[in-house]
Amino acid sequence: MAEILYGVATSHVPAIGAAIDNGREETPYWKPLFEGYEGARKWMADADPDVLILAYNDHASAFDLDLIPTFAIGVAEEFPIADEGYGPRPIPPVPGHPDLAWHLAESLILDEFDMTIVNYLPVDHGLTVPLSILYGKPERWPARVIPLSVNVIQYPPPTGRRCFALGQAIRRAVESYPDGEDLKVAVLGTGGMSHQLQGERAGFINTPFDTAYLNRLADDAEALTEISHTELLRDAGSEGIELVMWLIMRGALSRQVREVHRHYHVPASNTAAGLIIFEGSEALVSM
Amino acid sequence: MARAHREYDDIPGTYVFDAEHHRKGYHLNMFGMSLNDPKNRAKFAEDEEAYLDQWELTPEQRQAVLDREWLEMLRLGGNIYYTFKIAAFDGLKMQNVGAAMSGVTEEEFTQMMIDGGRSPDG
Repeated sequence: MAEILYGVATSHVPAIGAAIDNGREETPYWKPLFEGYEGARKWMADADPDVLILAYNDHASAFDLDLIPTFAIGVAEEFPIADEGYGPRPIPPVPGHPDLAWHLAESLILDEFDMTIVNYLPVDHGLTVPLSILYGKPERWPARVIPLSVNVIQYPPPTGRRCFALGQAIRRAVESYPDGEDLKVAVLGTGGMSHQLQGERAGFINTPFDTAYLNRLADDAEALTEISHTELLRDAGSEGIELVMWLIMRGALSRQVREVHRHYHVPASNTAAGLIIFEGSEALVSM
Repeated sequence: MARAHREYDDIPGTYVFDAEHHRKGYHLNMFGMSLNDPKNRAKFAEDEEAYLDQWELTPEQRQAVLDREWLEMLRLGGNIYYTFKIAAFDGLKMQNVGAAMSGVTEEEFTQMMIDGGRSPDG
């Protein structure tokens, strides 16, 4: 049986990936950020999930303006590393889990979430930087990954409420996975926190907003689903709207969760970097 | 192009990539996207004007690309993730572009970020 035991939300800033790839984790600029990731990496090694269902957004890598799926699920055996304009990151390709991915695709569509199904899916920093944050530089990735791509670039992204409901549907789908294989599953929501890359307001950061968001995610997430897109654009910055993807993670976990790790640091390039890890109630039972 | 007032229109210094921007910027953004391919980067490096001839840019978009006017590209329908491909081609980082768009030096921009970023209070 497969069980969703864990949830992780983290920023996916490309510069964090570049700092890891180029061995700059100990420099004065990056050290405070990476010190906060040490606990997350230790936790990840102990928890050792078999599969990550990873909600992220593609940034003009696999999809362009000709095709903009709101929700897409990767069902391939393996996902290549995208060339985002400066050569692919020097990291291993990402192994998929086609059995569970196809089960999710079928279950979600019959549960009225109209997923786009993708085989060839080069993955960019949105998916790979969270892996590097949690695993460092392994020769091969320790978990298999089901990419769940969410459009947050073309306005409007799916609403926070819809993302939360998708998380709940993912939970139902994983619970009904018929395969005999025992799978420990983690759901990841990535992107955010507050940041704005574009326009005269570039560099916008809203730490009070981010702090409140982190504080409410465990026990008051349904209130976070009520934040409108305009409020997110205004209060979290134009690219901070990525935070809707964190709600997919929260929706996929049990009602009660235990926060096991949190880190928040400004800046990672132009972004407020946040990370939070939850264990669901099943995690306590399974231990 | 008919467009109703949007409640995000009053957010300062922000270009929401909505339908209007998409329709204005389609070719500009697809040109940026093409730079994901190393063969296209080589062609653009060899002769920017000739490479741009292959794309249906407006004269204003074409000039903004040649002049690396990042803010102007946004005004003409550019999306930052697509136009940033041009900056990456130039070897620039997001801080360089952020500084240029907000009218400060890269040093000032980087320092602003280290000091906690641009405050919501202005």
